[in-house]
Amino acid sequence: MGSSATWGLLTATFTASFVEFVEALTIVLAMGMTRSWRAALAGTAAAVVGLVGFTAVAGYALINWLPESALQLGIGTLLLIFGLQWLRKAILRSSGLKALHDEEEEFREQAEAARRAGDEQKLGLDWFAFVVSFKGVFLEGVEVVFIVITFGLNADNVGLAAGGAAAAGVIVLSAGAIAHRPLARVPENTLKYAVGLLLATFGTFWAVEGLGVFQSGGESIEWPGEDWSILVLLAGWFVLSRLLVWAAPVVAGRGRRPERRVPAVAEEPS
Amino acid sequence: MNIVRGIGRFWYDFIVGDDWKIAAAVVTALAIGALIAAGTATGASWLPPLVGALVVVAFTVSLVVDVRR
Repeated sequence: MGSSATWGLLTATFTASFVEFVEALTIVLAMGMTRSWRAALAGTAAAVVGLVGFTAVAGYALINWLPESALQLGIGTLLLIFGLQWLRKAILRSSGLKALHDEEEEFREQAEAARRAGDEQKLGLDWFAFVVSFKGVFLEGVEVVFIVITFGLNADNVGLAAGGAAAAGVIVLSAGAIAHRPLARVPENTLKYAVGLLLATFGTFWAVEGLGVFQSGGESIEWPGEDWSILVLLAGWFVLSRLLVWAAPVVAGRGRRPERRVPAVAEEPS
Repeated sequence: MNIVRGIGRFWYDFIVGDDWKIAAAVVTALAIGALIAAGTATGASWLPPLVGALVVVAFTVSLVVDVRR
């Protein structure tokens, strides 16, 4: 794999994982600070064990059960759908048609729900805090695993993909342990925009390569310029997204574009 | 059965999310690309950019339909 694809792999897995870890941290902090740290950390540990098992099974099945081009097509398609969901939300947020994601607001909502919940205890743990932490970490973690596996398998470098995710995890956990509060100053909306672009780019690249399964021989299709086409795809998705940010409010029938100049990236809540 | 339904719901929400039109657009564009690829000799350099463009157009249409609701 060329160096541009390697950097793209590392950037995508690190950035996407960073965003997911921040969201998981918010949930765990809310449960720990309002209910029980023991239960919140136990739920987190249980989720991590579940994720390791899930990764091993999914990775083994995908590597051993599918030929390469079919793997590229299947995983590329899933990645493309997943990435375009992120890109769609980023475009809607940047154009003002959807509220920006606010980590502090998310923390307040989780904490409020925690205060209103009952005091059920199981296995010596605050059960509400355990279940919410488990579900939050597992769900955010599945997205990390999905990105690591899809990128890693298609780029034939699962180790590097996992390394990018692990680095993001270490940084977020360290920052969370120091700050002891939600990482609200992280430009999450901007990062999600960037991740959406990267996932859409690589999803397009690999899904199209995987269409070779329908040709005689079943070999992967090669893009002109090979890995350089990744940069062209990234530029294309970026230009399209900026056009849609500009046009979306008009198409939505709001009459005119926002009066103030829309910044190059979505504004972050202070 | 509830567990199976729950697992199915989880994966549907995870992959398709809250906008089924994106999944439909991607699958449609790639299905058209598959038909073209099946009828094309290997090594055609115009094929990847064409299918890429199909994906871009399909996403744009799905987003326009979404915001016009």
